[in-house]
Amino acid sequence: MTIETKIGIGASMPRREDARLLSGRGRFTDDLLLPRMAHAAMFGSPHAHARIVRIDTAAAAALKGVLGVFTGKDLAGVMGPMPTLATPPVVQHCVAFERARHVGEPIAVVVAESRYIAEDAVALIEVEFEELPVVVDPEAAVKSTGNAVLHPEFGSNIVHQSRHAWGPVEEAFSQAAHVVCREFRWPRVGPQPLETCAAIADYDAITGHFQVWANMSQQSVIGPKFAKILHTDMAHMTFHIRDVGGSFGGKATLYHVPLLAAVLSREIGRPVKFVEDRAEHMTAGNQHASDRLYKAELAINAENRFTGLRLRVLDDMGAYFLIATGAHGNALAQATGPYQIDALEYDLTCVVTNKTQQAPYRGFGGEVGNFVLERMVDAAAAELGVHPVELRRRNFIANDQFPYRTPVGNLYDSGDYTRVLDAAMALADEHKIWDMPKHAAPGKRIGIGLATVNERSVLSMTEFWLLDADPIFPQSSSPESVQVSIHADGTVNVSIFAPHWGNSPETMAAQITAHELMIPPEWIRVVQVGTDGGMLSKGPAGSRYTAMLAGAILGACTKLKQRILAIGAHRLGVLIDEAVYADGQVTCKADSSRAIALPDIARASHSHRLDFPGDDQTFRSGLTESFTCDHPRATLPTQDRTDLGVFYPIVGHACHIAVVEVDEATQSSRVIRYVAVHDAGTIVNPRLVDGQIRGGIAQGIGTALYEQYLYDDEGQLVNATLADYGVPTSEEIPDMILGHVETPSPFTAYGIKGCGEGGRLAAMPALAAAFDDAYRDSNLYVDRLPMTPSALHTKLSQLKPV
Amino acid sequence: MTNEKQETTAITLTVNGETMSGVVEPRMLLSDFIRQDLQLTGTHVGCEHGVCGACTILIDGVSVRSCLTFAVQAEGCRIETVEGLLERDGKLSPLQQAFSDHHALQCGFCTPGLLMTATELLRTRPGASRDDIRDAISGNLCRCTGYQTIIDAIFDMGTRLLAEEKSA
Repeated sequence: MTIETKIGIGASMPRREDARLLSGRGRFTDDLLLPRMAHAAMFGSPHAHARIVRIDTAAAAALKGVLGVFTGKDLAGVMGPMPTLATPPVVQHCVAFERARHVGEPIAVVVAESRYIAEDAVALIEVEFEELPVVVDPEAAVKSTGNAVLHPEFGSNIVHQSRHAWGPVEEAFSQAAHVVCREFRWPRVGPQPLETCAAIADYDAITGHFQVWANMSQQSVIGPKFAKILHTDMAHMTFHIRDVGGSFGGKATLYHVPLLAAVLSREIGRPVKFVEDRAEHMTAGNQHASDRLYKAELAINAENRFTGLRLRVLDDMGAYFLIATGAHGNALAQATGPYQIDALEYDLTCVVTNKTQQAPYRGFGGEVGNFVLERMVDAAAAELGVHPVELRRRNFIANDQFPYRTPVGNLYDSGDYTRVLDAAMALADEHKIWDMPKHAAPGKRIGIGLATVNERSVLSMTEFWLLDADPIFPQSSSPESVQVSIHADGTVNVSIFAPHWGNSPETMAAQITAHELMIPPEWIRVVQVGTDGGMLSKGPAGSRYTAMLAGAILGACTKLKQRILAIGAHRLGVLIDEAVYADGQVTCKADSSRAIALPDIARASHSHRLDFPGDDQTFRSGLTESFTCDHPRATLPTQDRTDLGVFYPIVGHACHIAVVEVDEATQSSRVIRYVAVHDAGTIVNPRLVDGQIRGGIAQGIGTALYEQYLYDDEGQLVNATLADYGVPTSEEIPDMILGHVETPSPFTAYGIKGCGEGGRLAAMPALAAAFDDAYRDSNLYVDRLPMTPSALHTKLSQLKPV
Repeated sequence: MTNEKQETTAITLTVNGETMSGVVEPRMLLSDFIRQDLQLTGTHVGCEHGVCGACTILIDGVSVRSCLTFAVQAEGCRIETVEGLLERDGKLSPLQQAFSDHHALQCGFCTPGLLMTATELLRTRPGASRDDIRDAISGNLCRCTGYQTIIDAIFDMGTRLLAEEKSA
């Protein structure tokens, strides 16, 4: 078993993806240059809300080098509207017509010989608009009437309204010894990957076949939807896998960019590339995330135990509703967090406004729920006069309660929340965080904050519709597939069907296959195969990929090992149960000197079929097995939604301790220390897990201190550049002290839990608590983010009237 | 606004030690020239407004945003891109290897720019402290790593270069 300990699960195996990315040989979408390739650019709406009266494209079309100019009406004849998960659907076209609903929304597209010419032509397009009332405030959107209603067929700007209660809510609040009430404002931020959305499509008019290269994901799942929209079928579409320059969730719903490239390629008969510029990505990329107002109430009994939670949520979805209530279903997976709270009420209103629409972003609404719950716990601690750490300990779900069913019906598989908290407290102690003086430097003050949160992982799809009474498309599949082939020389090909988007799919596949087949990773090649491979892949989303990929590899390798053992035993002249497969060879149990190595078995399987029994499929030529892993534990909700079913049962946990330093004169702040302990179940590759956690925390620091999409009253996005939107630089992100606890999941292969979102699921409440601590003498309570200098100044001046 | 007669200019420059030439419109960005005309796609374009640093290259040894530079401005210049960092035998250079060893990249999109910034820093100040490095790379956005491991990799490389200098 020596190989296993060196290269298998638990080793920090070097990354497969690195060599090409470090040498400038990445395979990003924009890197692909096809012969005769044309370039698209779009005309984005300058108005947040306007009727499109007239579009004059003549001058643009006449420009030398322009191959075509298309309005929304032109394209509506050759393609359908974008996919949406909403019930009822809010119709969105790749290129709008009749009405523009947010700044930057595509109104026309140009295809030209070069992007330079395409953009010249865009500048020649003349559009006559009739401006309509602009809605940017979600509370105003609730009351909108007349022309301020974005989608008149809905009659109002409310696109979803529901109220659900689980457990004894009324009883919890009527019998509470104490009720804590707070309101929160969660800022609109976004993933902001360094690579914008990009696609290339090549339509072959002779065969009617599309080839699409895009930095999207889940090609096998979304592909058929695209085919229908393009009025074709999957037999006429190939989606290739490219490297993705960061997604953080947003590119999971990347639809209009590849759809436009495809339809334009068919229209002009040449390959078309469409790459967003940064402003397009920020205004029209459909890449913003949750934008919410909360009214929260927490019921507490005389023993300081939480008994009920009421959440009233208003979410500003932007102009369309592609992700439906998915980010609220997500939050409901762990709305009661790591605490035993038996009653929950969730009252949700989703409105549309004149902003770009929401997409998933690391946490997908779960991070907002975590923030609100942790802030409520801190408020409770302050009101009750209890130490916030002790209040958390008192309310934690105990180890003997797992698997634990939450009031909504979701299951938590395993955990040891006290051990994680203890580990984080000890790390902070070891690094002398508790001893840090409040005023270390003149004019500066520091604050320490702590949060303990859950990290639901391994997405199932019901979260997107379980708040709908009668969903149009109640999707419940979230499969992941692999195909493992052993060549005649014993080396191995692993085909996976998902892109590299900042995670490490090739490394994971090689490492887990090496572990399972007990062979050196150098024997294993991992290939990313697009839809021509024919297997289903949900890909990276909802911290699912490694756990699901491991399940698929385990399944395929189990089938392979049965056949390897049968072939080896036959060659050795013994019965199957008289032999064993380990360390790349089949050995006689009775005589370990009698063995046959995997390369010899593979050669026999590939080339000597007639040496084996003729009618036994075990001995069919070649060693190739595929396996599709479905969600290991998910169930459907009940019709009446009194039980939402099991939809996010692989649940990690984290404790973060953050230290912020605030300049008293300018109220500018920075994070100076950071401790994070995570339980992500069995860790496959410690170095990569640490990387995910650090990256998530860095984004959490961005959300808590620096980032926000800012719209003015006219619906203009006023910070649509990276110079104005505060993605943290190296100066804003401190070194982090990380620790781990491992409680393996009983539901997944090897006990793996997801860890892709954990940093950003925990950082914001810890940082908010740190600000509170810095200004404890002023009774500061952070109930909105980001805590920019001006936001903090405003807060403090409200507390201490000048 | 019309480009009916966009004038073009011939340029010649050295890229990673090789003399290269092209004919470009005056408005062509150096980043586009490198990526499209020279087909060196390792230099990435993230924002096209000079903030993210993904397009960082070296011109005559100095780090420059190639998205804020016109191709014609590089006439006669010595350009270095990420493709030029590999060892002669095609293996990763020690700096590139250090990035991998320290897991200083995830999606890898910002990495070429960071490698070029680090190359410039290590040539001039191999003894840079972690704080110096943090400052030097603050013009290169990375959305994946949280920067810590990037600083680790560059510091590790600098330490080794310094040791080599001393032993030489």
